[in-house]
Amino acid sequence: MADRRPPELDVDRLIADRRTRIIVCCGSGGVGKTTIAAAIGLRAAERGRHVVVLTVDPARRLAQSMGLTSLDNTPRLVPGVRVDATQGSNGSAQDGNGADSPGSLHAMMLDMKRTFDEIVEQHADPDRAAQILANPFYQSLSSSFAGTQEYMAMEKLGQLRRADEWDLIVVDTPPSRSALDFLDAPQRLSRFLDGKLLRLLTAPAKVGGRAYLRVLNAGFGVVTGVLTKILGTAVLKDVQTFVSALDTMFGGFRERADYTYQLLRAPGTSFLVVAAPEDDALREASYFVERLDQERMPLAGLILNRVQQLPAAHLSPARSLAAAEVLQAAGAGAGGGGGGGMAAGDGQVDDAARLLTIAALRLHADRMEQAAVQRRTAGQFTAAHPLVPVAEIPAQAEDVHDLEGLRLIGDAFSA
Amino acid sequence: MATRDTDWDGVRLHVVTGKGGTGKTTVAGALALALAADGKNVLLIEVEGRQGIAQLFDVPPLPYSERRIAVGLGTRSHQGGDVFALVADPESALIEYLEMFYNLRHAGTALARLGVMDFATTIAPGLRDVLLTGKAAEAVRRKDAKRGRIYDAVVMDAPPTGRIGRFLNVASEVSDLARVGPIRGHADTVQKVIRSPETVVHFVTVLEEMPVQETLDGIAELASLGGIRAGGIIVNMTRPLDLPPGQLQAAADGDVDQGQLALGLKSAGLDDNSGLAAALAAELSAQARTAVGQQQQQQRLDTAGRPCYQLPLLSGGIGLAGLYRLASALREQRAA
Repeated sequence: MADRRPPELDVDRLIADRRTRIIVCCGSGGVGKTTIAAAIGLRAAERGRHVVVLTVDPARRLAQSMGLTSLDNTPRLVPGVRVDATQGSNGSAQDGNGADSPGSLHAMMLDMKRTFDEIVEQHADPDRAAQILANPFYQSLSSSFAGTQEYMAMEKLGQLRRADEWDLIVVDTPPSRSALDFLDAPQRLSRFLDGKLLRLLTAPAKVGGRAYLRVLNAGFGVVTGVLTKILGTAVLKDVQTFVSALDTMFGGFRERADYTYQLLRAPGTSFLVVAAPEDDALREASYFVERLDQERMPLAGLILNRVQQLPAAHLSPARSLAAAEVLQAAGAGAGGGGGGGMAAGDGQVDDAARLLTIAALRLHADRMEQAAVQRRTAGQFTAAHPLVPVAEIPAQAEDVHDLEGLRLIGDAFSA
Repeated sequence: MATRDTDWDGVRLHVVTGKGGTGKTTVAGALALALAADGKNVLLIEVEGRQGIAQLFDVPPLPYSERRIAVGLGTRSHQGGDVFALVADPESALIEYLEMFYNLRHAGTALARLGVMDFATTIAPGLRDVLLTGKAAEAVRRKDAKRGRIYDAVVMDAPPTGRIGRFLNVASEVSDLARVGPIRGHADTVQKVIRSPETVVHFVTVLEEMPVQETLDGIAELASLGGIRAGGIIVNMTRPLDLPPGQLQAAADGDVDQGQLALGLKSAGLDDNSGLAAALAAELSAQARTAVGQQQQQQRLDTAGRPCYQLPLLSGGIGLAGLYRLASALREQRAA
């Protein structure tokens, strides 16, 4: 079957387009999302955009790759951004206004607990806020609930957008096990906080009175009974206090979650799905692409990271290995002294050259084989999603931990 | 029974963690195959609901109950034992728990339909972990009147390195919430298993900066928790480069003798009329740079003082055959 080539994803055009205001990088863990987000941010900044990169990765990879020792909950200016470079060469795609003004790059790392605390402080009077912040259940919720990080990332994105200090926000989504958590978790948390079960359970007195409600209440008596068995009374009491303290905030919570969700659908937002050319990562990418489509959220394309790209791609692995074998046999013949000198074309080559060439040929064959598997895997994605544009980023020989490394990755964005 | 020594004799619960993208599930699968050599029975448990094990072994999605999924690695003297697998989810575990302790199976199922399980594990995240680790602990301790222990070893494909401490430190996590009561008692039992010498936590990594950092952080975190034992470090996806040490650094610096390479190619019957020597030199140099970086990362790992095992990158993809290859590599290095 002939390879159907996907359309090419032009990241440079995306970042040059001033209408692009938010780029969300998503994908499963370990695919290099944070690095890609940082590389996009840097490249956009060096092309005149005022960029803030929001990362949520507690591993502080972005901090390291940007040469910063730490990031906190406020955007910090990243030093070392070239404001003069590359303007001329690719300026044609830009729409004139602002193209000549120097850009800037800020970066921040999400502190989810602090972000949550700030929302509480904003929406409740000081006494009540203090009461909520001290509640053990709130503390557990704000630091370890499965969706909190995603929810707070969205909240922060909303804040940054409202602040309107940057003309491009690049978001690196939380390192969820599944790429989809990012879309689902915020709603899960807000559904939970808003949930009937939670409210009925914690305020059973309110639903007394009418007969059918009494029946419902009896049912919840069983529920409470079981939950008490499982969790103990103390937990339920904490939850109860928390919910009554939070009561006035529910509207605000939902409103904010809705606002951010709308933001993700708004014109000016683009999603980039990042994947490595491996089964697991591309399977997640597939789900995500389909999901974005269902949600009518704008997908710009797939960034295929860590692709084997080989300078000697014209030498097939089979020929490469065969040649290595010839050299190996020549060496064995010479070493054994058993008259094997005729094995190679001309026996003039010395051991050092022979061993060097064997190493190079074996390595080449191995990497070609890996490249073939990668192409096959990527081909499956493309077959299922032929219209999704793809940009390939070559595998880097070394870890990226400075702006120069990020620039190198950014260079792969030029179509 | 013990025909040979391994580094983990006496260990019955192998918890496998690793950063995303390092091949944690693959290594857990290979370890299960290796442990099931010599006719032993092994249970492989998945706790993140991804059905990664089913995909790895190419079997239909796994339920909460145990299924036989593969035969263990065969050796010269013995046929392999059986590898069983199950996917543990908190909801099923909670229903099972309610049944075991309160005979509440029907109520539990009904409550699950109401979303109560989701609710309970949401308001008490530690509960989720205690239920999942509880399932592994139960399998480790399970006995049969005639044959004794049902499983010789249990392998858990655990959450990633960043969450492993919290996941395993269930007793204190739960004690924040359930200060008293049955779940607390359950947590204490689980904790005894997790903190016993029969349990170790293996770290899967690749030789890159961040995964290595997370591995070192993870090992330090376990040490700080007290009583939870770090096992081995499994370095995954290594690619050997057969260059003499002196040449490696030179090649990494871009110093590959293209003249020699051209000669070598010529003597192997490959004509260098398309710049082949230069292209191969560039590939060699890039790989040498990677290898030098990897050596530095390996040195960092060595400071952890844990046994390290190397697993090769399978360039042609993993597949079942590849999984057995990795299993033999683990066995040869006495990881199992």
